[in-house]
Amino acid sequence: MQIVQRRKIFYIISLLVIIPGLISLFVQGLNLGIDFTGGSVLNIRIDEKVTAGEVRSVLSSFDLGRAEVQKSGADFYIRTRELSQEETKELLKALEGKFGQVRFLSAESVGPVIGKELTRNAVLALLIAGVLMLIYITVRFEFYFGIAAIVGIMHNVLVVLGLFSLFQWEVNSSFIAAILTVIGYSINDTIVVFDRIRENLSFKLKEDLMTLINRSIMQTLNRSINTVLTSAFALIALLAFGGATIKLFVLAMLIGFISGAYSSIFIASPVWYELKARA
Amino acid sequence: MKKTSSILIIAVIIAALAFLTYYLYEPIKENIKLGLDLRGGLRVVLEAEETEGQEVTPDTIQKALGILRNRVDSLGVKETNLFPQGDRRIVIEIAGEEDPEAAVDLLKTTSQLEFWDEQGNVLLTGKNLKDAQATVDPQRGAMVQLEFDKEGTKLFAKATQENLGRRIAIVIDNNVVSAPVVRDVITTGQAVIEGDFTAKEAQDLAVLLRSGALPVSFKVMEKRSIGPTLGADSLEKSIKAGIVGIIAVLIFMLGYYRLPGLIADISLILYALLVLGTMWALGAVLTLPGIAAFALSIGMAVDANIIIYERIKEELRLGKTLLAAIEAGFRRAFRTILDANITTLITALVLMYFGTGPIKGFAVTLSIGIVASMLVALIFTRYMLILFANITKNTKLYGV
Repeated sequence: MQIVQRRKIFYIISLLVIIPGLISLFVQGLNLGIDFTGGSVLNIRIDEKVTAGEVRSVLSSFDLGRAEVQKSGADFYIRTRELSQEETKELLKALEGKFGQVRFLSAESVGPVIGKELTRNAVLALLIAGVLMLIYITVRFEFYFGIAAIVGIMHNVLVVLGLFSLFQWEVNSSFIAAILTVIGYSINDTIVVFDRIRENLSFKLKEDLMTLINRSIMQTLNRSINTVLTSAFALIALLAFGGATIKLFVLAMLIGFISGAYSSIFIASPVWYELKARA
Repeated sequence: MKKTSSILIIAVIIAALAFLTYYLYEPIKENIKLGLDLRGGLRVVLEAEETEGQEVTPDTIQKALGILRNRVDSLGVKETNLFPQGDRRIVIEIAGEEDPEAAVDLLKTTSQLEFWDEQGNVLLTGKNLKDAQATVDPQRGAMVQLEFDKEGTKLFAKATQENLGRRIAIVIDNNVVSAPVVRDVITTGQAVIEGDFTAKEAQDLAVLLRSGALPVSFKVMEKRSIGPTLGADSLEKSIKAGIVGIIAVLIFMLGYYRLPGLIADISLILYALLVLGTMWALGAVLTLPGIAAFALSIGMAVDANIIIYERIKEELRLGKTLLAAIEAGFRRAFRTILDANITTLITALVLMYFGTGPIKGFAVTLSIGIVASMLVALIFTRYMLILFANITKNTKLYGV
């Protein structure tokens, strides 16, 4: 397969996903959860018949700032400004008074300072992971492989960020963990291909770089596909059967893994070719 | 001969694995520590509030931690975990308490005891306290009896002498609890706090005063409380999801790679035991993202096998004998697996360093998983492949 020759097509496919995501990121940003913005989320189970509107009407007698109510089955998520323990108790009491049995599932409150720290730590963690990666790959392979791998990482991070912005899926601290895992995983994918290129280069056959890269990709293609499949099995099972609390976490990883498999085949190696051919 | 002994060894290995799985399943299930998100509980992050003349140093936090631990023990708050975070924060995690929020509220009270004269001058403080005990008097209700140390006794004698006939206020955290009129000079070093207490409140107050005042006051930065229903729900659902995912992987491997697939499946069982056993042994906490990491690491553990098998297939296609192909396949796969896993491990370790709570649990599980998968693939899988190769040289079983 002439993957390197047709690299422009693959770049365009990626850009078709990334550019709308980037525009969305600039226009509407991410749907930040309370881990970033501060505030409280109360999660309760009432009854399937109760509507979000009914819950909202109970809330209206409280001064909760801009309260949002979301319903999923019998479970309700009530997001408000940061509430004290007493306020949460009063709120629960009022809901019990209206709907009878209300089962407490969880309550989270996050102060405004935490969000800033989280953002700072996330950026720091991403930078440190990226630099360590670059150093490791430069030592074990060479600098251009490192750069190409970083381009692949950025590709995957942008795909996940962009889609989360486009669909306005909520982003919390676990999202950062998901992003970092995507980075680790996609670099793993990329390394396997690069490793093959490195090995084939060492044979010093008389073939041009494009052919060599294509051959290396094809030799590792089975592995790339099978590995993303087995990981996807685990993630899809979690998405289908796991609780609502980790759905978005798992979704971020699934998107990232698929993007990672794609970029390790169609982006990272062609980018390495561009660098190498011009060097 | 070689064939018979290989069959024997394989049978022993499989029997040993089955035996281990059967006997370790219960103890692992019972003993592995579950995070608050899976069992229900409260996690609170407190931050020391700097006030004038009160600088927060690591030493302050250490002192506060000691006092808090003391309180946890004497108040009988069950299953509590206390640890510092950063330079000025303390994390309290409480599981299995009926009203964990009330427990935290009680724990974090500063409990600064002071005696004031009518002008509001501080006469003496809780620093000079030797003991505090709650008692219930049938007429006067619940109260707390105080006993001062030597210096406190002197100060209190002087204070009662100077304020004879006037009121002395007993103040806790700037709230006046009672303000009795001084009738006598008290030289015994004893005093009583009367107030509108229930027996329980008097008991708690005595404990707080005995443990000493916190060197600084704390405010709540972050609070996450998971009800037992949600915890049990998440645990059940994610275990189910995990099992479904693992079975899907096992079937895929068997179907696609045939005999080596079977070996991969056997290796995976060892791998799962190894990861869960290590977590148990290290006392690592299994959180909800941790279960996701475990399911995920199964997929990654298979990856090492996939890399090896694809290599072996290639070598077989080049016309090598089975044993030579296995040897060559491993030799070549080794470097790939090492490089690929180390880069993943780097991100897991960065995450472990920056993450807190459940996220840390995710990173810990992922790191253990990555190391275990490398060990299993490079040692156990290789040994099993060679054993099977001794039995049959039919390369069709290897998908070639």
